[in-house]
Amino acid sequence: MTNLIEIRGVTHAYRTAAGELPVLDDLSLAIPEGGFCAVVGPSGCGKSTLTRLIAGLMFPDRGEVLLQGEPVRSPRRNVGMAFQNPVLLEWRTILQNVILPLEIVAPRMPKAQREERARSLLAMVGLEGFSDKRPSELSGGMRQRASLCRALVHKPDILILDEPFGALDAFTREDLWQLMHQLRAEEPFTALLITHDLRESVYLADQVVVLSGRPASTQHVLEIDMPGPRPIDMLYSAQSVQWLAELRAQIEIAQGRSGTRKVMA
Amino acid sequence: MTRRQLQKIVTPIIGILVFLALWEFWVWYMGWPTYKMAAPSDLWPAFWQYRELFLVNAWQTLWRTVVGLGLAVVVGTILGMIMGLSRVMNDGLYPLLVGFNAIPKATVVPVVALVFIGQHDFNTILIAFMISFFPIAVSVAIGLSTLEPEYRDILRSLGASRFTVFWKIALPKTLPEFFGALKVAVTLAFIGTNLVEIVTPHGRGLGSLFDSGRIASNYPLMFAVLIALAILGIVLYYIVVALERIFAGWADRQPT
Repeated sequence: MTNLIEIRGVTHAYRTAAGELPVLDDLSLAIPEGGFCAVVGPSGCGKSTLTRLIAGLMFPDRGEVLLQGEPVRSPRRNVGMAFQNPVLLEWRTILQNVILPLEIVAPRMPKAQREERARSLLAMVGLEGFSDKRPSELSGGMRQRASLCRALVHKPDILILDEPFGALDAFTREDLWQLMHQLRAEEPFTALLITHDLRESVYLADQVVVLSGRPASTQHVLEIDMPGPRPIDMLYSAQSVQWLAELRAQIEIAQGRSGTRKVMA
Repeated sequence: MTRRQLQKIVTPIIGILVFLALWEFWVWYMGWPTYKMAAPSDLWPAFWQYRELFLVNAWQTLWRTVVGLGLAVVVGTILGMIMGLSRVMNDGLYPLLVGFNAIPKATVVPVVALVFIGQHDFNTILIAFMISFFPIAVSVAIGLSTLEPEYRDILRSLGASRFTVFWKIALPKTLPEFFGALKVAVTLAFIGTNLVEIVTPHGRGLGSLFDSGRIASNYPLMFAVLIALAILGIVLYYIVVALERIFAGWADRQPT
């Protein structure tokens, strides 16, 4: 199978006043077309740096980031991003917020067509009646749904999710997890999810990559071999518990090796 | 008209009437003659007597203030953009601007009057501009430099240019701060205009009318000028508020 994204031996450091701060060290991972990869690891281990490298907002010191076999050398037009903060534009309606990427990627697409596309996505996430509302009128979970629509509206090749469910309450989070499976069934996409939540990674991903502490490298890869859409109670199966225990153990190792715990304490 | 709307119009009017009544009562109670303190009832005759002068001078003051403020908006926004988008320029310009702003503009008036001698319109506009561009520059700079990186990333990752990010996100996001500053600036510009009109003897504007009232010991006229200035100030302020409603009304949250 061809890999949509391939990261080969990426090493990267930030240059700060205090000298070089290495964040990624010989990191590799690969996501096949249509795959869903979750990346977990200790805090501050360079997960967000990884998203910026894939989006083409930053370039690695060493190693390669390949999208469809091509090295990423500039921002890619076919990327959709969603963050922990939904970053909706307050002066636009929900519909206009969702349309935003199309204004950049497909400026010549007729207005009616753009709106139709945005409306169909909003309907898919259960926001049909909220197209003309302002973001401030929506709850946190609804805003995050709209943010997902915006990330998907231009049919990106890769969806980058940087802890999008991190700030939500537990029930809303589970709702949105289920929504992700539903969206994947109706709007196939390839996704990279950054998360701190092991249950989230097991429920959503086909492949969970555990990063070591800073500087991050690939420490462990766990294949979650279960077809979607997955019922939420799959998390309570014996198999899931085993997966979670395995990931938990790997995180312990990652934290131990990084030494960040000692520094923080 | 709903009760709520009626209340919005009637309450401030009642406020003004109560204020005038207290003022009138106070002057009457203290038994002050008009050359010590004028009462509201003394003002109307003064207004009426000099009504043409009031109209001519109010217009003089108004247009100079608006031109000075317009200049402050243009220059302040450009300066704010330069400082907000470039760290180096921010570090270089900030102390200069703060220092410049700290100089009392009353001390600048004679300097300007000497440098551009006889250019009364120009001098007045210049001072109105100098006194009012600072809050605009600072608020635009802060609005731009505090833009969360995620906002930028969402468009940058799609290959949008810096200008597109500015136009679609940074600029509209700064509008509430901009209008907040404009409300301060409009009053400041107004003060600047009057400062020049009072200090330099060019005989134009409400400031000069105030000064001639002072010279002639015509206290009712002086107070009438103050009231006229207050009315002009209120009008200018609410014009800015109306513009804010149109362009940045989205930032106004309905109380829930």
